[in-house]
Amino acid sequence: MRAEAVRRWPEMIVEAFIRAAGYSAVLFVGLILFFLLREGLPAFAEVPFDALFGTRWYPIEGYYGLLPLVGGTLVVTIGAMLIAMPFGLGTAIFIAEIAPRWARELLKPLVEVLAGLPSVVLGFLGMVAMAPLVRTVLDVPTGLSALSGSILLAGMAIPTLVSVAEDALDAVPNSYRDAALALGATRWQTIWRVTVPAARTGVLTAVMLGVGRAIGETMTVMMVTGNAARMPLGLAAFFRPVRTMTATIAAEMGEVANGSEHYHVLFTVGLVLFIFSFIVNLAAGAVVFQQRKRAERLLS
Amino acid sequence: MPTRRPPGSAPGWLIGLLALAALLAACSSPPTPAAGTAQPGGEQLVLINKGSDTMVNLALAWAEAYEAVAPGVTVSVTGGGSGTGIAALLNGTVDLANASRPISEGERAAAEARGLIPVEHVVARDAIAIVVHPDNPVAALTLPQLSAMYSGQITNWSQVGGEDRPIVLLSRETNSGTHVYFLEHVLRLGDNEQPIFFSPETLLLPSSEGISAEVRQNPNAIGYDGLGYVTPDMKTVAVARAEGGPFVLPAIASVTSGAYPIARDLYIYTAGEPTGTEEDYLGWVLGPAAQAIVAELGFVPVE
Repeated sequence: MRAEAVRRWPEMIVEAFIRAAGYSAVLFVGLILFFLLREGLPAFAEVPFDALFGTRWYPIEGYYGLLPLVGGTLVVTIGAMLIAMPFGLGTAIFIAEIAPRWARELLKPLVEVLAGLPSVVLGFLGMVAMAPLVRTVLDVPTGLSALSGSILLAGMAIPTLVSVAEDALDAVPNSYRDAALALGATRWQTIWRVTVPAARTGVLTAVMLGVGRAIGETMTVMMVTGNAARMPLGLAAFFRPVRTMTATIAAEMGEVANGSEHYHVLFTVGLVLFIFSFIVNLAAGAVVFQQRKRAERLLS
Repeated sequence: MPTRRPPGSAPGWLIGLLALAALLAACSSPPTPAAGTAQPGGEQLVLINKGSDTMVNLALAWAEAYEAVAPGVTVSVTGGGSGTGIAALLNGTVDLANASRPISEGERAAAEARGLIPVEHVVARDAIAIVVHPDNPVAALTLPQLSAMYSGQITNWSQVGGEDRPIVLLSRETNSGTHVYFLEHVLRLGDNEQPIFFSPETLLLPSSEGISAEVRQNPNAIGYDGLGYVTPDMKTVAVARAEGGPFVLPAIASVTSGAYPIARDLYIYTAGEPTGTEEDYLGWVLGPAAQAIVAELGFVPVE
């Protein structure tokens, strides 16, 4: 009996701790949103609404057009995902489905080590080694461009993407593959029509984590995209400098006086970033949820 | 296979948790004393010095030399830009703010609203060099030409006597005093009422090294930076005030005589008249030993 009582207490404490840890995540997001709103919303009172939708960002003279920054982030992120998705999924499929056991045991840790590279190191490499290469190969005015940023961000998103997508593919029961092969499907048909669709939820999570990494990355982007606050219009914008929201906050937050107009606008930029990643997560969640419902319907 | 924990290990969990809590409590150490003032707590006095990236090497060299002069005083130096330094002075986190531009009216008003009176000390002079790739044939430009290039009216090197190449404009970020000086004295030619801006195509690079790296490898690029940052693998362009004027290369002699048109004073700001350690340090900075370091690092001494 005494032993029972002794075991109860620690269990209750551990349970309470775990519960608090779980709720704290919600609390932190709520606090962050509250703080962003408190510091960012005054900007809407200080700067005319249409001025925030202007195309010139030059804060030291009171020009707070957010469009070039939003456009810059979109261009770099879309570019990064266009590069990272085929490479990342390809690598994940190779590791999970095709590679022999020894290669798999070597590749996966290596890819994960890549994820640990500090972004400032990648940024410096990009600045001194990749940007000149991009300029000479593509014959553009400067290599400090959205494309350089996208390539490096893709490089940073790929390890995350591979790791999560590989786990998802690995979790697909072998009976699926066996059934497909038994029905006469080729290896490729099995992978593309059975295994990958079965792991779709995990693969989608992997892609979203990659997008999240790309949107939020700061240091690398600041070092290689040139930070010119121009409007990225048309396909040519990929080969021109851009200024992203993250780089803007990083470059300018140190300079502003607490509570000034510029300070509030920078928090508004942060708020826009928050909304962006929120939408990405929400979209991913909606797709995953819908899929689960369909699967449940089929099973019942 | 779910592993089953032996019952005896439950208190171990508890101990672990308590240890974790203790560790967390230890991590959140009491707030450090306000960094704004030199702490006479021990025998070591610390002066905190922050601001202009243009001046950071100079300030570091001074701080190092001053340790031999006054062994009881440590000067801690960081960069970040003139705006960053002045903002830190206003927030009371530094003793001395380095700035490569005079304090703005807005910053002065913000300081006075907090009951601080920023006091200006001119500690050195600096020339802003215009740099291009060594292979660029353009060797001389006038201020109006530079203004037209940086505001986006001239976009090809052939328009200023160079090869048929697009011009890639490089600038420091807007929190750099060099950026503000260049805007006012080159783009707007000293008339700050003119609505001339940096072209939106201008690359704003976060460091002097960023500008140097791009200028060294890109024959399309033009950049500007403090004379102390120009290395032999870049080409410095001679500058004239206007068409037909004498083209002058930046050097100590041409800056002191006033012949080189893009030169400015470098400042240290204190919150109120300096006293005690601050006063001693600023007195030494204006003396011959510290001014010799100024010349050594490619800046121009005062007096």
